[in-house]
Amino acid sequence: MKKYTYTEKKDTRSGFGAGLHEAGKKNENVVALCADLVGSLKMDAFIKDFPERFTQVGIAEANMIGIAAGMTIGGKIPFTGTFANFSTGRVYDQIRQSVAYSNKNVKICASHAGLTLGEDGATHQILEDIGLMKMLPGMVVINPCDYNQTKAATMAIAEYEGPVYLRFGRPVIPVFTDPDQKFEIGKAWMVNEGTDVTIIATGHMVWKAIEAGEKLAELGIDAEIINIHTIKPLDDEAILTSVKKTGCVVTCEEHNKFGGLGESVARLLTTELPTPQEFVATNDTFGESGTPDQLMSKYGLDAVNIVEAVQKVIGRKK
Amino acid sequence: MKHTIKELEDIASQIRRDIVRMVHGCQSGHPGASLGCADFFTALYFEVLNHKTDFTMEGAGEDLFFLSNGHISPVWYSTLAHAGYFDKSELATFRKLDSRLQGHPTTHEHLPGIRIASGSLGQGLSVAIGAALAKKLNGDKSYIFALLGDGELQEGQNWEAAMFAPFNKVDHLIASVDYNGQQIDGPTSKVLALDDLQAKFEAFGWHVINTDGNDMQAIVEGLHYAKTLTGKGKPILNLMSTQMGAGVDYMTGSHKWHGTAPNDEQLAAALAQLPETLGDY
Ligand SMILES: Cc1ncc(C[n+]2csc(CCOP(=O)(O)OP(=O)(O)O)c2C)c(N)n1
Repeated sequence: MKKYTYTEKKDTRSGFGAGLHEAGKKNENVVALCADLVGSLKMDAFIKDFPERFTQVGIAEANMIGIAAGMTIGGKIPFTGTFANFSTGRVYDQIRQSVAYSNKNVKICASHAGLTLGEDGATHQILEDIGLMKMLPGMVVINPCDYNQTKAATMAIAEYEGPVYLRFGRPVIPVFTDPDQKFEIGKAWMVNEGTDVTIIATGHMVWKAIEAGEKLAELGIDAEIINIHTIKPLDDEAILTSVKKTGCVVTCEEHNKFGGLGESVARLLTTELPTPQEFVATNDTFGESGTPDQLMSKYGLDAVNIVEAVQKVIGRKK
Repeated sequence: MKHTIKELEDIASQIRRDIVRMVHGCQSGHPGASLGCADFFTALYFEVLNHKTDFTMEGAGEDLFFLSNGHISPVWYSTLAHAGYFDKSELATFRKLDSRLQGHPTTHEHLPGIRIASGSLGQGLSVAIGAALAKKLNGDKSYIFALLGDGELQEGQNWEAAMFAPFNKVDHLIASVDYNGQQIDGPTSKVLALDDLQAKFEAFGWHVINTDGNDMQAIVEGLHYAKTLTGKGKPILNLMSTQMGAGVDYMTGSHKWHGTAPNDEQLAAALAQLPETLGDY
């Protein structure tokens, strides 16, 4: 198992804030909008340097999406910011009609996704957003795994033409990817090469997959770990190549197993290469209040759960 | 009056103590507007509302209350506990794992007193209208109360509801606005000004009254007066001026305490200003 270390922990939302600031410096068409959550979205640096390119819309997410769509018509590249729940479910039809169907260059940037939002509880912890967004034709869906990757992804989507959903979170987690990485939309990152099982992880679950990989190595299981940061378009080739070698797969996401990354992988595999698969994901449930760690444990999203899923799926190999 | 004003103020003091202790206990949550609305909740549950603590979802023959700005759950939970819906010891579980006292109110854990989830802003007025329509269909003449945040009024759904209620003569509805002039990113006047809310609601067909939400006498009288205005074809809007953080000097009047928990020292300073009147949980 390749050794991953980290010297600091940071929140992915801060990676977004830093990436937005960089994107703003690079391209004056980059504009930002926020719905009364500037601090939570870490937009301060952008606002300080480009106050005239920032729009505070108030607590009015539907209006924000519509305004963002309209701004693209004047050549702007709007980044909207609010919590993941209010970025998706709250404004689904506004996104569907004015952004996705109209093919507008809006970047929907969503913080506080998943259980790791913690104490606010289920009203704020969306576990369905990947599904909602990946179902929209033409929508790119990205869920980066640490601060550096989120920063790189934010800069990359500014250069991509078309609607994007960028999902990130609130907790501080290890920073373990390259600070100077080039982020390629739709291109999987090989975290660790292995032969016994393919672990496919996204977002906060990537670090957990690495922890699981280390435990599995101790048990004599050689896990291949792939980071799928772009859930749509999916890197079919990377997944198929790996699964041909390992013969089984475990998908890991901080999301409902209904409609998430796991289902995208299953769809690919059933049509191309039927393979035993296990899902580490929430199981058709809402979240609740608690600390992020408590919730990840209660809802089965820890490294131990990945280890168990791997043992189970290996047992199912022919 | 069921209580004297002094008695009500004492209850509010205890509720304020609970709020800061609850938010401190889990180091998260929203003390600012919870404190600001402590007098309103006290007046409502201990003086105005016709309700049974033996909770049923339908609440037939009872007045119903809906909290749209669900983030101020601490004030509601404390009020419900002191009113007798559940034991106050449960307040210690606020926002903790496996608690019925979720960060934002929910029906999911069946906490007595809660009839709908809230937390995602802007939805409560519609729900209150729906409950009022059902009461009307059932021939139940009880009142429906709702509380909304002022920043929350930036959500468009409120204005859909605001248009619907007068047109459909939903006139047993008394909606109060926590008019504290603050939201997360700053004063509401700087984020997205609400301007003349009274004129806006009147233009939509509401009967608007103004009360001081941090003056117990005024809020009790205001809510009783609001009741006398019902049944005349118009919904009632109570524009209730409050101070975010009211009752704790260093929290008063600033959006900084919208959603920040006090540390140990700050907790002590807050409690020193709030007499323990009914016993801490
Ligand atoms: C739909 C939605 N958007 C954003 C939020 C995040 N949020 C929680 S409270 C709040 C500010 C609410 O302002 P106000 O209604 O004035 O309440 P106060 O600040 O007085 O507590 C925001 C933006 C939310 N809970 N729901």
